[in-house]
Amino acid sequence: MDPRPGGGAVKVTGAVREQLPVAGPASVRPPPGDGAGGGARAPGAAGEAVGAPAERSSRPRRPATEDPAWIRRGLTALALGFLALFVGLPVAAVLSEAFSKGAALYLAALREPEALAAIRLTLLTAGIAVPLNAAFGLAAAWSVTRFRYRGKDLLLSLIDLPFGVSPVIAGMVIVLLFGARGLLGPWLVAHGCRIVFAIPGVVLATVFVTFPFVARELIPFLEAQGTEEEEAALTLGASGWQIFTRVTLPNVRWSLLYGLVLCNARAMGEFGAVSVVSGHVRGLTDTIPLHVEILYDEYDFAAAFAVASLLLLLAVLTLAAKQLLEWRAGGRGAPHGSRS
Amino acid sequence: MSAPRSPEPEGGRWPGPRELLLFTALVALGAVAGGLPHQRAATPGGTVELLNASYDPTRELYSEVNAAFARDWKQRTGQEVVIRQSHGGSGKQARAVVDGLEADVVTLALGWDVDAIARAGLLPASWQQRLPQRSAPYTSTIVFLVRKGNPKKIHDWPDLVRPDVAVVTPSPKSSGGARWNYLAAWGQAARRGGEAAAREYVRRLYRNVPVLDSGARGATTTFARRGIGDVLLAWENEALLAVEKLGPDRLEVVVPPVSILAEPPVALVDAVVDARGTRPVAQAYLEFLYSEEGQRIAARNHFRPRSEAAARLQPLPALERFTVDEAFGGWRNAQATHFADGGTFDQIYAPGGGRT
Repeated sequence: MDPRPGGGAVKVTGAVREQLPVAGPASVRPPPGDGAGGGARAPGAAGEAVGAPAERSSRPRRPATEDPAWIRRGLTALALGFLALFVGLPVAAVLSEAFSKGAALYLAALREPEALAAIRLTLLTAGIAVPLNAAFGLAAAWSVTRFRYRGKDLLLSLIDLPFGVSPVIAGMVIVLLFGARGLLGPWLVAHGCRIVFAIPGVVLATVFVTFPFVARELIPFLEAQGTEEEEAALTLGASGWQIFTRVTLPNVRWSLLYGLVLCNARAMGEFGAVSVVSGHVRGLTDTIPLHVEILYDEYDFAAAFAVASLLLLLAVLTLAAKQLLEWRAGGRGAPHGSRS
Repeated sequence: MSAPRSPEPEGGRWPGPRELLLFTALVALGAVAGGLPHQRAATPGGTVELLNASYDPTRELYSEVNAAFARDWKQRTGQEVVIRQSHGGSGKQARAVVDGLEADVVTLALGWDVDAIARAGLLPASWQQRLPQRSAPYTSTIVFLVRKGNPKKIHDWPDLVRPDVAVVTPSPKSSGGARWNYLAAWGQAARRGGEAAAREYVRRLYRNVPVLDSGARGATTTFARRGIGDVLLAWENEALLAVEKLGPDRLEVVVPPVSILAEPPVALVDAVVDARGTRPVAQAYLEFLYSEEGQRIAARNHFRPRSEAAARLQPLPALERFTVDEAFGGWRNAQATHFADGGTFDQIYAPGGGRT
């Protein structure tokens, strides 16, 4: 879930560019009309992007470095051991606590009206934040990679801002702006609008915290892709909208989806910023993570972990979706098909 | 980075950066506006909603009070009432109400926090005189929660500053309960040996504190679940509840001979009830706390009710309790002397455990 630093992504971009001539441009570039073509190098995951070009260039000549087997096995064992310790164990602990009082109580904890309200609010929040960030991310990535204008670097830095500041500060800024004693608060209250300590505040905080995900996913990809296909479309007489919907969008769709998956996971799991602006009104402004905290504070440990297991389920689904996307993006029209 | 090799100047084609940003801004505005109607309606279909902003250790108390009051109100007026709860650190809750949390009533840990709301102009400065018993329908005190069998033999305040005892208490900077803890410790030492002795006692006490949690519930969990420390300074109701919920076989309560009289106040937030038109039901809700039924519920939840009859239902050990007014000249003074930045607490507490 953690974002890759922007610098790394840009470097990857350079690497991809350099590799292109080696691999042979003719085989890499599918005809512009074939939408899936761009997906070839485009699972969006920087990790793969780093791996892929290296593999590609080293394929013709045999690799220069072949590590001894014990190093490979040792590192794999270390990674797996670490994973088991820091991921497997906590997951097992959550599940065992959740079911510690039996499956009936587990279900009862999820069916409690306040738990249902929290689930509803979390879904609503993600339902607003994710499409909004899809629109914003596309617009920002498109504008940053396809146009030249003053203030572009500033825009890039601003997109990264939510990664840079603590979510708690994001929450406080919203309180400062929209709170009853804030900058806009008195005017809003006078007009009957409640933002802070109500659902709009929760949504705003979530949107703020999640907005870099899609843009950050798309920018390196669009940069790597260059503008050739779009220029070709232009010379063929396509309008701006046609270029966007028939060339750019199909090319970026896997990156976009991947960004949305990450964005959604964060939107549903956000705690800090939401905690500051929610007001913790039970059954009204509590999201799933806040509800978990409340239950835990009430010594209702089984119920707390039962609700927490919902978030765990979300994490598993996110992982599965990510895997599926990478697999589809990798399998579809990838010129050097064998991945994983 | 990727220089736009677009043959046409920007802005010549449709989705230029400005249009896209404008579009995004419009979508954002639309979404915010779409979120607005999901508000607490004042009276949808004869049901009235109240919000009670309270502090942490009252969750169990108010979930019982709310159900009982809703029954009582329905019987008397025929109207359905739903009471929503918001819990958190007392100071944080006061801050939230000041910042716009629409609480009809506040039931906080100390008068100082209600004063903060009064200073913001949401209720009159004289709020404490509007209800009986200085607006505190129930009281409590500060006691010791120790491990079963009291292995460290902790019976009175001087035992807490022994070098072999680790004390758990939250930070008085953020927790209302912790301020009561601090004042109880200071007040009893001052009664024994004067101000200088009190200062020395409290300094030694906080030297024995391994973790300063930010809230009362967090401190209880640190002590009871994570097994840190030998004694937890806690609200009496919180300590008894912890024993009840987390195991009478693991914890026990020690009541010292002297402690503080803690009066957690309740108040109507005038600005909110007047705007929402909920004053009658909110007023009745607070008065219900003083009724025999309300008092019995307080007693069942380990508070000390004002009513003698209710107190007899659930007798709690007798002890001598001094008030903030007699020992410190009121909350305003206590706050300024002890908890303000640069106050006594800052002077005596060195973060990071101080020294050996």
